[in-house]
Amino acid sequence: MQKTVVGYRKAMTGHKAVAEAMRQIEPDVVAVYPITPQSEIAEYYAEYVHNGVVRTELVPVESEHSAMSACVGAAAAGARVMTATASQGLALMVEVVYIAAGLRLPIVMALANRSLSAPINIHCDHSDAYLARDSGAIQIFAESAQEAYDYMIIAQKLAEDKRVRLPVLVNLDGFTLTHTLQVVELLPDEAVKGFVGEFEPIHPLLDVDNPSTWGAFAMPDYYFELKRAQQAGMEAAPEAFLEVQKAFSELSGRAYRGFFEAYRLEDAERAIVVMGSTAGTAKVVVDELRERGEKVGLLKVWLWRPFVREELVKLLGHLEAVAVLDRALSFGNMGALFLDVTSAFVHEDKRPVFVNYIYGLGGRDVTTDQIKRVYEELKGARPSHELRYLGLRE
Amino acid sequence: MAVELKTWKELPIGGVIPGGATPELNKTGSWRSKRPVWDAEKCIHCLMCWLHCPDNCFYTENQKITGIDYDHCKGCGVCAGVCPVNAIEMVPEGGE
Repeated sequence: MQKTVVGYRKAMTGHKAVAEAMRQIEPDVVAVYPITPQSEIAEYYAEYVHNGVVRTELVPVESEHSAMSACVGAAAAGARVMTATASQGLALMVEVVYIAAGLRLPIVMALANRSLSAPINIHCDHSDAYLARDSGAIQIFAESAQEAYDYMIIAQKLAEDKRVRLPVLVNLDGFTLTHTLQVVELLPDEAVKGFVGEFEPIHPLLDVDNPSTWGAFAMPDYYFELKRAQQAGMEAAPEAFLEVQKAFSELSGRAYRGFFEAYRLEDAERAIVVMGSTAGTAKVVVDELRERGEKVGLLKVWLWRPFVREELVKLLGHLEAVAVLDRALSFGNMGALFLDVTSAFVHEDKRPVFVNYIYGLGGRDVTTDQIKRVYEELKGARPSHELRYLGLRE
Repeated sequence: MAVELKTWKELPIGGVIPGGATPELNKTGSWRSKRPVWDAEKCIHCLMCWLHCPDNCFYTENQKITGIDYDHCKGCGVCAGVCPVNAIEMVPEGGE
C-alpha cells in the first residue's frame, strides 16, 4: 500500500507504543493511576511531562475513579483528554465511564487487558473489557503493539468525530502485548498531529461567554430520549470508523480495512473468531493447516463495540463451522462474543454451525496446539450450546 | 400545565444545556405537600430559616425576612424545625 509519510521502525513494548501515540497526540490533560499491567504507560507519560517533551497537564490522581472523574471534568471544560487503566482499575473507574459516554465526551483510554479478581491475578484475559461492554464506550481490540499504536491514533479521531463523540477504549492484551518487545513503525510526530487535528469541543465549560450546564438531572420525561440520542452516537460510529481507518491507512501504508480482519477466509470451510493477541497465534496455525490443504481461516475483531453485524454475516456466511473464542466468562450464559456473533445470524437461513470456547483466563497460555485442536473439533461440528474450555484441566 | 416535550433528535448532545440551566425557569414548588406559613408578628429575624433552607426560598430585605418563594419551596419543613420562636407553621397543601 502506498503511504504518504515515512515512518521509523523501532523495537519497543506495547506500553511504549501506546505512550508514544499519546506523546504524539499530546492531549491537554492526562489523568491516570498506575495499575499492572498498565503502569509503564503512566510512567512513560509522566517522564515525557517531566522532561518537557509534552505540554500536557498530568493529573496524578489517587484512584481510577478519580482518574476518570478528572478526565470527565477536563473534557467538559474543553480539553483533549486521555488515560489508561486495567482490570480492577477499570472496575473502579467504570461508574464514571458510563458518565463519560452519557455526556458524550471523547476520552481515549488504553486498556491493558487483565483478569478481574477474585482470585486476584495480574495476567491477561478480557473480563475487564467485558465489564465495560454496555458502558457506551466504543471498544477496539489490538492484535499487536503496532495495532495498539495505530488504533490509539485512530481512536482519537474517531472519538472526536462530531457524529460520534464517545469515549473509546483501545484494548491490548496485558503482558502479552504490553510487556513484550515488538518492532513498531511510528509515524513522524507532525504526521500524527496533523492527522488528529485540533480538538473542537462542543459547549465547553471554559467558554465563559457562552455558559452551559453539564450533568443536569433528567427525569422520566427526558432520560429515555437522552439515552436514545446516545445510541445515535454509537450508530454513527461504524461509518466514522471506516473513514478514519481509511485515512490512517493512506497515511501510514498499513492496510486496515473494515471492522474485522478476515484472514484467509474467502474459500475457508472452518474458521475461528477471536479478539486480541491470540489472533496472531491463530494465524500461524491457519498458515500451517493451509499448507496441508485444509480450508481454514480466521476472523479477528477490531471493532467490538459497536458490533457491526452486516459485515460479519458477509464474511462468515459461507462457512461450514465457526468457533468463537471468548477470553472471559459471562457467568450464566455463553461467552459475550459468541452471543454477538450468533445473534448476527439469527435472521439468516444459511449459517455456519457455531461452537463457543472459553480460553486463556488469568493469563493461561494459548498454544498453537490448542488452536489446532479447535480447528480439528470443527470438522463435523454439530450445533451446540455446550461451553467448551480450551487449555483447562478437566 | 401543558409542556411541549422534545423528541430525542431535538436534544443537545450529552444532555448539555447551552446557555445554562436556572431554577428561575423551572418551578419546582408543585412537588410540595405541605407549605410553610410565616408569621411576621412572631418572627425575630434571626435568619435561621434563611440559613437552613436548602432551596434558598426566603426573601430578605436589609437582613429581615420578607416572605417565602413558593415557586421553589418543596415543603421540606426544615425552616419550621429550626425556627426558635415557632413563627413558621407547616400547613397541608390543597386543604384550603
